[in-house]
Amino acid sequence: MDNLKKILGLVWIALALFTAYFCLFELAIPKIKVGHQEDLVFGIIIMFILTPIISMGLGLFGYYALCGEYAKERT
Amino acid sequence: MKNKANTKTIWKVIGASSMGTLIEWYDFFIFGSLSIVISTKFFPADNPTAAFLSTLATFAAGFVVRPFGALFFGRLGDLIGRKYTFMVTLLLMGGATFLIGCIPSYQSIGFFAPLLVLILRLLQGLALGGEYGGAATYVAEHAPEGQRGYWTSWIQTTATFGLFISLVVILITKSILTEQQFDAWGWRVPFILSILMVYVSYLIRKNMSESPEFSKAKEEGTTSKNPLKESFGNRYNLKFVLLALFGAAMGQGVVWYTGQFYSMSYMKTVMHLSSDEADMILGTALLIGTPFFIFFGWLSDKVGRKWIMLLGMLLALCTYRPIYKAMYQLTDLAKKELVSSSTQQVDDHKQIKTDLYTDGTHAQETQELNSITKETRIKNTVTVHGSTRIWLTALIFIQIIYITMVYGPIAAFLVEMFPVKIRYTSMSLPYHVGNGIFGGLLPAISTYLTTNAKVANDPEFYLAGLWYPIIIAAVCFTIGSLYIKNKPNHLNNG
Repeated sequence: MDNLKKILGLVWIALALFTAYFCLFELAIPKIKVGHQEDLVFGIIIMFILTPIISMGLGLFGYYALCGEYAKERT
Repeated sequence: MKNKANTKTIWKVIGASSMGTLIEWYDFFIFGSLSIVISTKFFPADNPTAAFLSTLATFAAGFVVRPFGALFFGRLGDLIGRKYTFMVTLLLMGGATFLIGCIPSYQSIGFFAPLLVLILRLLQGLALGGEYGGAATYVAEHAPEGQRGYWTSWIQTTATFGLFISLVVILITKSILTEQQFDAWGWRVPFILSILMVYVSYLIRKNMSESPEFSKAKEEGTTSKNPLKESFGNRYNLKFVLLALFGAAMGQGVVWYTGQFYSMSYMKTVMHLSSDEADMILGTALLIGTPFFIFFGWLSDKVGRKWIMLLGMLLALCTYRPIYKAMYQLTDLAKKELVSSSTQQVDDHKQIKTDLYTDGTHAQETQELNSITKETRIKNTVTVHGSTRIWLTALIFIQIIYITMVYGPIAAFLVEMFPVKIRYTSMSLPYHVGNGIFGGLLPAISTYLTTNAKVANDPEFYLAGLWYPIIIAAVCFTIGSLYIKNKPNHLNNG
């Protein structure tokens, strides 16, 4: 199980990177460019709030998992 | 005799903590519940700057600022104690709420009106960020070993009950006043009423003693000198903060907000139920469901907290789409049999069409022509009766059960994850990021997705908004299943 947790750290890091890309280039930036207030609000939420939290937080979590921080003997 | 004395003490602690936290949730939700009225009084749509401030007031203050409040007051709570810190948060919230009710309208003081509302709303968010962690920690540190889930679950009822009370106060105020009176000044009553509630709670709280665990730590000189650094600059502790967020609080937040706020928004904007009826249905489900917080909190002391929370997430992500589809179909007029239809010409600019269906559903379409812009505004309102209302209440109730499963145990779970000296700080941040950010932004994100799907002519547009909570809950369930232990982390339980 500890090895699985470590390996999945790569998954969380990959998910963090994918989320960052998708949120920025597929959601936030296109919405902000549209210019409507509703779209602008949505774009701002995605770009400045959700994306940083998910990408940085989940990425760090994945890194810790990869390093074995969540192995049984270390918790 | 000692056990009885301890129990009596704990009930006093529960009463003082819950009362204050309940009022804070009431204060916080009263703004959201009356947001439409507030927007017309303080944020005129024809003024772009005011409209932008409205956006900031709604999103920035209501949700984004909560984690900052968690950090600010969490640090204070770990430095000077739980009791005094959440006394401050109580007074801050009550004062801000009362003052919102006192602000003159935009017509009276212009730009200063939305600016003042924004500032006070920010203070509300900060206060809420500090309150919950303090109350949960305070209660947990009074609770006997092995009973934290049960005792802290009383705190967990306050959020839902606070929403319930905010709805009740609004409905009572509306029923007493005429529509014109409520629109003119009646909407201020729920805000002003808050100061009385806060004063009573303050009197109760000020007589409470500090938590025994914190008092002991202070006597021993083991309290933290720098809670923020020890919480987030320490790798060992930070990994648990991240785990608390991505393995529990994130999923719990979206389940909580989907079941209560998005369901309310969905009934009003997608199903076109009248506002009062939607509030009544939600209020009924909340009232029936609230005791289950206690049950699942108690159960988590018996079988562990992990799988109760994760099962709640799993059930939610698997059943949200069928639940919301069933909800939508209950008011899908295209599938109902029409009994009669009538049209009333109110005046030269307003026409009301009323349709009656075999199951007792009334559908009213109001068309109103703006004499200046020459634009016709169409408003659809649906009223349901009998079995339809019961089914709707049942579907909301199922979601409330999911909420109680994920939320009932989480206070105890978070408290037990962190040591006494940095507990207030460490548990508050993941909780408020999970609830304030992931959960709090959910209604806006989900509503936006639904609206866009409708514009794109998606036949199942009414389900589009659910992808956000489903995905978040699925990721959280996976992480929680793999990385969270089902027993408290004893190294951090001191």
